Amino acid sequence: MSGWLRRHRGLVPYLFLLPGGLWLIAFFLVPVLTMASVSLQEGSLGTGYRMTFNFGIFPEVISGSSTQLIRSLLFGLIVTALTLLIGYPMAYTIAFRGGRYKSILLLLVILPFFTSFIIRTISWQFILADNGFLLGTLKSFGWLDQSFRLLATPVAVISGITYNFLPFVVLPLYVALEKIDHRLIEAATDLYASRLQAFLRVTLPLSLPGVFAASLLAFIPAVGDYINAELLGSRNETMIGNVIQRQFLVSNDYPQASALSLILMIGLLISVLLYTRLLRGQELTV
Amino acid sequence: MATLTGRLATTGDKPPPERGLPLGARLRRAVLPVYTGLVVAYLFLPIAVMIAFGFNDPEGRFNYAWEGFTLEHWQNIFNRFPALNEAIKVSLIVATISTLVATTLGTLIGLALTRYEFRGRGPLNVLIFLPIATPEIVLGASLLAMFASLAVTRGLVTILIAHIMFNISYVVITIRARLAGYNRTLEEAAMDLGADEFTTFRKVTFPLIFPGILAAALLAFALSIDDFVITQFTAGRTSTFPLWVYGASRIGIPPQVNVMGSLIFFIALVGISAWILLARRNLSTAPPTRVDA
Repeated sequence: MSGWLRRHRGLVPYLFLLPGGLWLIAFFLVPVLTMASVSLQEGSLGTGYRMTFNFGIFPEVISGSSTQLIRSLLFGLIVTALTLLIGYPMAYTIAFRGGRYKSILLLLVILPFFTSFIIRTISWQFILADNGFLLGTLKSFGWLDQSFRLLATPVAVISGITYNFLPFVVLPLYVALEKIDHRLIEAATDLYASRLQAFLRVTLPLSLPGVFAASLLAFIPAVGDYINAELLGSRNETMIGNVIQRQFLVSNDYPQASALSLILMIGLLISVLLYTRLLRGQELTV
Repeated sequence: MATLTGRLATTGDKPPPERGLPLGARLRRAVLPVYTGLVVAYLFLPIAVMIAFGFNDPEGRFNYAWEGFTLEHWQNIFNRFPALNEAIKVSLIVATISTLVATTLGTLIGLALTRYEFRGRGPLNVLIFLPIATPEIVLGASLLAMFASLAVTRGLVTILIAHIMFNISYVVITIRARLAGYNRTLEEAAMDLGADEFTTFRKVTFPLIFPGILAAALLAFALSIDDFVITQFTAGRTSTFPLWVYGASRIGIPPQVNVMGSLIFFIALVGISAWILLARRNLSTAPPTRVDA
């Protein structure tokens, strides 16, 4: 065995790659291509599908679900901005002021993952309910109008998604900030930069790779999310994920659902590529 | 981790003598820690609610308002809902098998990427990156489209196939990050001393990369046991813990779900704490020249 390997050294990496690579081809690439093919077919689950190269389906589903597409994009952008705004000061504090509590603070950021995210979202449903834990208390003190509500509003959906993806943002931000050589910041202040200037011109630019990774880790899943809209929103907050999920699992309209999924995937890939171009020089490794 | 503790000793934010500072400056120094505390509280609020309502004693089906304290649900965790037990069993089976398979396949790819020169590196990187850059719903939907076209009955096997698929990429990325600064001199030394390739791998390479493999496996397990979206598309009639909870949420969540969630949370808490303590002890006893994989 090892004699054969020594004679065919060049084959070793391919042997290592083969099982995992084939798995990804068979269960990621082939399904995506199947989905692309299904989107061009016509028919129904009962009578079977026939390939008709129905390219007209793409403009059809885009105009049919344009509200949800735009809403998903908008919610995704808001969520990304919010998670960065909330997460950056926290990651900064852990990296620069954490001291001996650093690993405990990081653990606290990761720990929520160990509660099922479905349960956490249902907990929010409960906390934000009209007369629930939070609003009920405020209303009983008369601090809020009786008709005030959060559940089934865009605020609830956006804050739910923000909550879900905040840890995903804090971790890469922390990694990037932790890597920064503190002597560079000291050098800046020695050269009479104020603390704010030192932050804006040294710390912030050096942490940009983390900001890049973090924003992708929040934006991509946020745009595709449908659980928060389902559990915390109403008919007026449905996102593109809800439409795809319903068409696939409830109304069984496979071609429409496939076309929408494909549009979502390609749209996100294009925006990721454009974003990478914009921040040229950033490694495309999450 | 070694650099983490080392840097703190030399150039950590030097704490000035607190008492000498004027009140305003002391307040300003407190802003960030207080803020961080508030965000941590925000992260744990829904979990605290989940734990608390596992001790609630609701009158009817709905566990929404606080009615009184009881330990009853903790005493009957496994007796009330056989379907819930079954769902948890499926979740554990899927998480265990998919972790083992994905960690093996992903580690092999990670080794190939960091230790060998070969053609086709670019397309391979794209193939690994794409599943992570694709929203979960698209991964689930495309698998459903394929299984439906092939008339495959969905169930435990299709869930496993899906979980292994999305875990491979995460394992590769974790392992590759760990191996990036990997030092090959130890392997060369072993070979110079007459070890063959297999012995070198077993005695030198594997122990060095083991922490990375363990980290990747933990990540894979956590991702698999909590996955909802891809599972919903590939499960058919089979139920996992998150799917069962989601289904129950439409008619009111029984307190047993809170208890089960709390139990999983506490087990993870104890496990991770033990792991961190262990890692910290190893760190302080390790020789300073240790090759940090």
